[in-house]
Amino acid sequence: MTGVPRVVLVDDHGLFRSGVRAELGRQVEVVGEADDVQPAIEVISSVLPDVVLLDVHLPGGGGQAVVEAVKSVHPEVRFLALSASDAPEDVIAVIRAGARGYVTKTISTSELADAIRRVAAGDAVFSHRLAGFVLDAFAASADSGPKPSFDPELDQLTSREREVLRLIAQGCTYKEIARELYISVKTVESHVSSVLRKLQLSTRHQLTRWAAERRLT
Amino acid sequence: MMEDVEDPARWRDDREPFEECGPFGHRGTFGHRGPFGHRGPFGHRGPFGLRRPGTGGPLRRDEADRMVGGVAAGVAEWKGFSVNTVRIVFVLAAVITGGFGVPLYVAGWLLIPGAGEDRSIASRARSDSAGIALAAGLATVFGFILFVAGVFKEGWPSGWAWPQVFTVAGLTLIWRNASPDEQATLRRLVEPLSAVAGPVRPNRSSAIRLTLAGLLVFGGAGSLASEHESLALLRPLGGALLVIAGIVLLLGPWWVRLGRDLVLERQARVRAEERADIAARIHDSVLQTLALIQRRADDPAKVIQLARLQERELRAWLFEGRSPGDADADVTFAGGVRQVQQDVEARYGMPVEAVTVGDCELDENLNALLAAAREAAVNAAKWSGASVISVFAEVEPDSVSVVVRDRGKGFDPSVVPEDRKGLAESVHGRMTRRGGTADVTSAVGEGTKVTLKMPRSATPAGRP
Repeated sequence: MTGVPRVVLVDDHGLFRSGVRAELGRQVEVVGEADDVQPAIEVISSVLPDVVLLDVHLPGGGGQAVVEAVKSVHPEVRFLALSASDAPEDVIAVIRAGARGYVTKTISTSELADAIRRVAAGDAVFSHRLAGFVLDAFAASADSGPKPSFDPELDQLTSREREVLRLIAQGCTYKEIARELYISVKTVESHVSSVLRKLQLSTRHQLTRWAAERRLT
Repeated sequence: MMEDVEDPARWRDDREPFEECGPFGHRGTFGHRGPFGHRGPFGHRGPFGLRRPGTGGPLRRDEADRMVGGVAAGVAEWKGFSVNTVRIVFVLAAVITGGFGVPLYVAGWLLIPGAGEDRSIASRARSDSAGIALAAGLATVFGFILFVAGVFKEGWPSGWAWPQVFTVAGLTLIWRNASPDEQATLRRLVEPLSAVAGPVRPNRSSAIRLTLAGLLVFGGAGSLASEHESLALLRPLGGALLVIAGIVLLLGPWWVRLGRDLVLERQARVRAEERADIAARIHDSVLQTLALIQRRADDPAKVIQLARLQERELRAWLFEGRSPGDADADVTFAGGVRQVQQDVEARYGMPVEAVTVGDCELDENLNALLAAAREAAVNAAKWSGASVISVFAEVEPDSVSVVVRDRGKGFDPSVVPEDRKGLAESVHGRMTRRGGTADVTSAVGEGTKVTLKMPRSATPAGRP
């Protein structure tokens, strides 16, 4: 990857797209835009960007559909999910479909640019809220699971991963986490990536069931 | 710039309208253990049998539920036994071991820190050289008396009395180094001895009582000692009765007073606790709002809005029993965190990012936790100057924790006097009164992090 990351913006609000484009300025190169699932798939397949900034909520099927369609053909394209609402089941769904990170629309411009760079470099980006969701999901399935899990390695977080997630949920940056836990930023990144892998690969139905239950409360 | 220097101290808030409460409320509120503090005569577990799981925490003397030093209550709390069972076992052990249990109890009193304290009396006593000298001197005198008595009179119960030399030394150290509360207990314990040795306030009735009691005891003892052939069976019985009557007469009034004092002391402790709670509550709500009104005095609309909000809140608390930090009756812990978030955002215009992991029913302890978290967030909103406050709450199987963090200007914890209200009483006091912990880390320029942790009560949520 050379220079600034090439980015496609997918969001059904034109105003939001132009806002992000203006704010990010020269920190990224916006190579395409789309406002719905089908156009998004076409644009992404033709320009093959480094990162797709993807709204979780799209009229024609949600961000999840875009990730699934593109990933099957171009697995090298990376997705950073973006939403305003934080409904956990949507977020978990788009992450499990293959997005490498999730941030809220309230994120500051510099943090967004940083998140895009991280995702382009192959790291995972968790917002504080997503970290909370993941802790919740794995905790809920750990003690309410009458069914034995098929793969304990995938179905549980290590205590270190939990600590990292807790600090992300408290709004800490990777640098602050590294300092607090006496580890390197690289190690923090690898913990987050490992959590992302577990989130995507864990086969337990508890994850989805948990998300559904969350909706009710 | 001068203001910046002063601000860290103000962060903790420097109004102290309830100064006489001391930094953490009245002495003795520390010992309160949430739902387990108000035990009936047999605790919640019924007489002797039922055992609930212990606290699992470190062994601490429970000063809220003590008879003497709170050792038995501490052990009971620690291992989950009924406190009376433990007391009976202690007394039996003392009798069976021929008095050796008593110095052991005193050793426990010396070495086990009281609830809410982190130092034992022994560790305080180490630096009290005068006390150590006094204890050693008393022990020597007492030991010498025993030795002389043993030489002159065969069969003196020295086997029972020797261990008490250590008891005397230990009690001396405790008396010199214990908290005022415990000193009062000790004074009550030695009161009858001083009454026997020489009445401090000699009045007629007590003099008559003492004389009569002395006659009865000596008569009974003489009757026991006399080895008359006739009535060999009846005499000891009558003698024993006389001795018992004498002892009752001698010590009866003291026993009655002891029982009454215990009840009064417990009532006073509950009152002090309530008072501290009310003080914290008023500080959180009314005083905070008044401070805000002063700061916004040039904005009448804002002042009216604040006053209305405060009025609603105060009415809800006074007349409906609903406290500002408390959630509505049917709200869970996560809902309570959301309310705190909304409340602080609405009142201070400061965005609060709240993340909650897990959920559970609210109880009294968790309401206190929420109120403490709210206070920490309010402090951050008022003084930190940060652009956002993050609140992270996590419900775990055995505890609930809340972390309130800001990236504001922070303060130097060492320059804030311990007796300031704000954080000290509202957050720290609130948590420790219910058996939780509060930890504040902050550095100038790096923001503040308040970590609150409350153990979940042993009774499952939802049970009445």
